[in-house]
Amino acid sequence: MNVNKSINKNNFVITIATVNGSGSQSANNILLKTLFRMGVPVGGKNVFPSNIAGLPTWFWIRAEENGYVARRAKADIFVGMNPQTLLEDLKTLRSGGFFIYNSDLGTQLQSDLAQTIVKEASIQLIPISFKPLVDQSTDSIKVKKLVINMIYVGVLAKLLNLDLEVLNLSIADQFENKDSVITVNKKAAELGYHYAETTLKDIPFPYQAITTEKNKNKVLMEGNTAAALGWLFGGCTFTAWYPITPSSSIVEKYIQLAQKYRKTSEGKNKFAVIQAEDELSSICMVLGAGWAGARSVTATSGPGLSLMAEAAGFSYFTEIPSVIWDVQRVGPSTGMPTRTAQGDLLSAVHLSHGDTKNPCLLPGNIQECFEFGQTAFDLAERLQQLVIVLSDLDLGMNLWMENKLTYPEKPFDRGKVLNAEDLEKIGQFERYGDPDKDGIPYRTLPGTWHEKASYFTRGSGHNAKAAYTEKSDEYQFIVDRLAKKWETAKTMVPAPVYLQSDPNLASKDQASKTQGGKVQTKAQIGIIAYGSSDLAVKEAMHLLKEKNIETHYCRIRAVPLTPDILDFIQQHEVNFVVDQNRDGQMCELLKSEFNQVFHLIESIRHYDGTPITAESILEPIVKFLVNMAERRN
Amino acid sequence: MTVTPKTPPANAPVTAPANKNKVNLEKKDYSGSASTLCTGCGHDSITAHIITATYQNGIHPYQIAKMSGIGCSSKTPAYFMSKSFGFNSMHGRMAPVTTGAKVVNGSLHMIGMSGDGDTASIGVGGFTHLIRRNVQMCYIVANNGVYGLTKGQFSATADKGAKQKSGAYNPFDTIDICSLALTLGCTFVARSFSGDAKQLVPLLQAAQKHRGTALIDVISPCITFNNHDGSTKSYTYVREHDVSLQELGLVQPMEEIKVDYREGSTQRVQMPDGSELILKKLGANEHSVSDKINALKLLQESANAGQILTGLFYINESSPSLNEELNLVSEGLFELNESQLKPSKTQFEEILADFL
Ligand SMILES: Cc1ncc(C[n+]2csc(CCOP(=O)(O)OP(=O)(O)O)c2C)c(N)n1
Ligand code: SF4
Repeated sequence: MNVNKSINKNNFVITIATVNGSGSQSANNILLKTLFRMGVPVGGKNVFPSNIAGLPTWFWIRAEENGYVARRAKADIFVGMNPQTLLEDLKTLRSGGFFIYNSDLGTQLQSDLAQTIVKEASIQLIPISFKPLVDQSTDSIKVKKLVINMIYVGVLAKLLNLDLEVLNLSIADQFENKDSVITVNKKAAELGYHYAETTLKDIPFPYQAITTEKNKNKVLMEGNTAAALGWLFGGCTFTAWYPITPSSSIVEKYIQLAQKYRKTSEGKNKFAVIQAEDELSSICMVLGAGWAGARSVTATSGPGLSLMAEAAGFSYFTEIPSVIWDVQRVGPSTGMPTRTAQGDLLSAVHLSHGDTKNPCLLPGNIQECFEFGQTAFDLAERLQQLVIVLSDLDLGMNLWMENKLTYPEKPFDRGKVLNAEDLEKIGQFERYGDPDKDGIPYRTLPGTWHEKASYFTRGSGHNAKAAYTEKSDEYQFIVDRLAKKWETAKTMVPAPVYLQSDPNLASKDQASKTQGGKVQTKAQIGIIAYGSSDLAVKEAMHLLKEKNIETHYCRIRAVPLTPDILDFIQQHEVNFVVDQNRDGQMCELLKSEFNQVFHLIESIRHYDGTPITAESILEPIVKFLVNMAERRN
Repeated sequence: MTVTPKTPPANAPVTAPANKNKVNLEKKDYSGSASTLCTGCGHDSITAHIITATYQNGIHPYQIAKMSGIGCSSKTPAYFMSKSFGFNSMHGRMAPVTTGAKVVNGSLHMIGMSGDGDTASIGVGGFTHLIRRNVQMCYIVANNGVYGLTKGQFSATADKGAKQKSGAYNPFDTIDICSLALTLGCTFVARSFSGDAKQLVPLLQAAQKHRGTALIDVISPCITFNNHDGSTKSYTYVREHDVSLQELGLVQPMEEIKVDYREGSTQRVQMPDGSELILKKLGANEHSVSDKINALKLLQESANAGQILTGLFYINESSPSLNEELNLVSEGLFELNESQLKPSKTQFEEILADFL
């Protein structure tokens, strides 16, 4: 093969277009895992329809030597295996890109329109007739449909110069111990490889995967898997759920893990999972379990969250620990159920009627999906409150690299629970009092064997002794104490992470962190973001730095918003708040919390259902700065 | 109409000291706050019978969780057993809340009090699935055919053609809670009348000992909104149309069987704790309480004949409860500590190996 002078080492975007249900998932995972294991920093995103089989689906792989593997809009290399989308797919290629496709699928690319696109964008078409290769790899009609995907993996392996040993290992892992499956898949990959070696050798292909040590201590994982691990290690014992994309895989993974790691030697379960009849029941079961003292959680997405609203307020007012793990998807209503968004923020914070406020955790990476699995329970039990974790489809269902997770040593915080011995020692027990003046009362668990233990839980007006009341002062004492609890929560929720612009911001561990919102160098521009926008923000900072624009970054990890965020905002002439929703929900939250700095806040919104890109953050910032400069002139 | 015999219930403990039950408590230890319901409300009678039954069963109040939804009926847990924990949840949500609490603390005795609106309308989803899962609890529906707390609208258990106070009549078919429960596979289905202590007390006692979901549909007249002529849930109407299927008695474990029944067929049901429920046929209906199909038939026939059939319709002590089905450890899930819950470092590494 001719190697072009400007070789892009570990720096490319591959998009693979297939048909949903065609079995391409395994092939794509093998390709991604091979790159990952070679030490190429990668990310993988599955863009799939709300459909079981037949509709178009795409898999995006981005390799970037510094670890900026957020989505990039246009691909360098395309693998077109879906006749329905070939023509559209052509338009998503970068100019000068390579379009490998199955030429058995029809003549779409011979149309005038296709030819024009190819010419204008200087696309290199690589037609491959897959049929003879498939026929060589197996005789079984059923297997043919599946191994076709391994053939493009083989082709790419040659073009990208993948390590074949690693490739074969990844094939073996993907199909676990099924020897016959492994053999046929390896054979298909070899056929593809051999085809590229002999037929495509004259194509100047500038993208190369180079083995590095960069991923030595890393894992490649989905956020939902990390969340399930978090629940397992965070002491969750009760789960009730109602299936909904994109949250179901958390519970499914958790069940698998718990079946294996939460059984006694006699085979008894140290956990319970109930698939409820709806989300009303899921959250109510979780409340019942939380009231009785268990670490309990439900997983859901927007529509389910809406159904849980009444119970959220009940939990707030009766002070029952519980956790909702909301993996956000595109709304309103059913929206685009398999696309990503951050549209539930405002409704989660204020979920329910009356003056309800729920602490929310905003994981921004795999590590935090894992860690917040425990943090959510610690906070729920400490604050005696519903805690809502807001993940999203991009973080939850796509594959992200992360530093290898470490064993969680932090002990569980079970909060203020009085047992019979404690009750014996104290004068009187008031369920809804405020003896510590931090807004957090003490609780007892049903079944506690002591005459002082019992109390009555009710969502109606109650006084400090948990007795029914409609007296204004008694009612106000409770809601004012709850407001005080919200202030206390600010000292307990995960603090924001601050970063300074740094051209070598390859990953968060290399970046310098600063405490308390104070940043060391002077930048006029602040970027505030949360959740799955993290990598795109870091890449945008990097690209801005290349344009000599210095930025500072504050990544919010929880609501209530902490006062140090105000410091950050005040230190910058302008602060861009990045939201993956139409209405700039975090921006609204910041403006109402810190209305004195209203004028320092600008909103950047990405809400087309795709994972956010660095460009979508960079462009509005540059545009704003240009406008500002013009106004000053 | 069947006249229930005026003999005293045969279930007073024989071994405990006078005025004390087997856990050494007096009946007053089972009382609650003063009721704020309307004087004469059927629900207050149910409260009194719950107190008697629980006292006689000798369940300690500390072991009990009183659960409810929203409605006049759902307020009653405040009026019995102040020493027990109470949970007055949301409208229609008693079933799932109780499910969660029972799963994580299997040693709690769950006594649930719901209304017909709470159970058969807003809560019908949770209710049906609680039954499917056979959650161990005593589930009482205080059934008055109206929404008492929101001032008298018809509920889904109002009979077709029944009249509201205003004269408006109900054009829709009624949901018969007992038939519904039977078709859903409920393992204990009974109906009674709030005014019938002799029948309701032993039913409550048996329900508290049952292995799974014990449902008692208690006709409980709303004196304020549904006690007029034309109502099919008024005191007068119920008294005139009540047909008891059996005479019931509950014999505690180790107790001498002293039930003095007259001639006629009797059926005995062994309860999980060793006590025995004794049922003696009344009237013309031959019925075995293990015959679900016949129970459904009797319910349908009596409804067609304009009767309110009461008694125990079905009982099955062999189906596992939800907690048994979940194969849980013997401790409550709530009391497992960190060392029992957190997998080891080696296991952690083993899990992570899949992601390297
Ligand atoms: C979500 C919700 N909707 C409506 C209400 C208003 N509400 C309170 S009690 C009730 C009906 C209660 O009827 P029932 O369960 O039959 O009990 P009863 O008062 O007759 O004993 C209604 C509709 C409520 N509390 N919550
Ligand atoms: S309104 Fe009816 S149901 Fe409510 S307390 Fe009064 S009598 Fe009882």
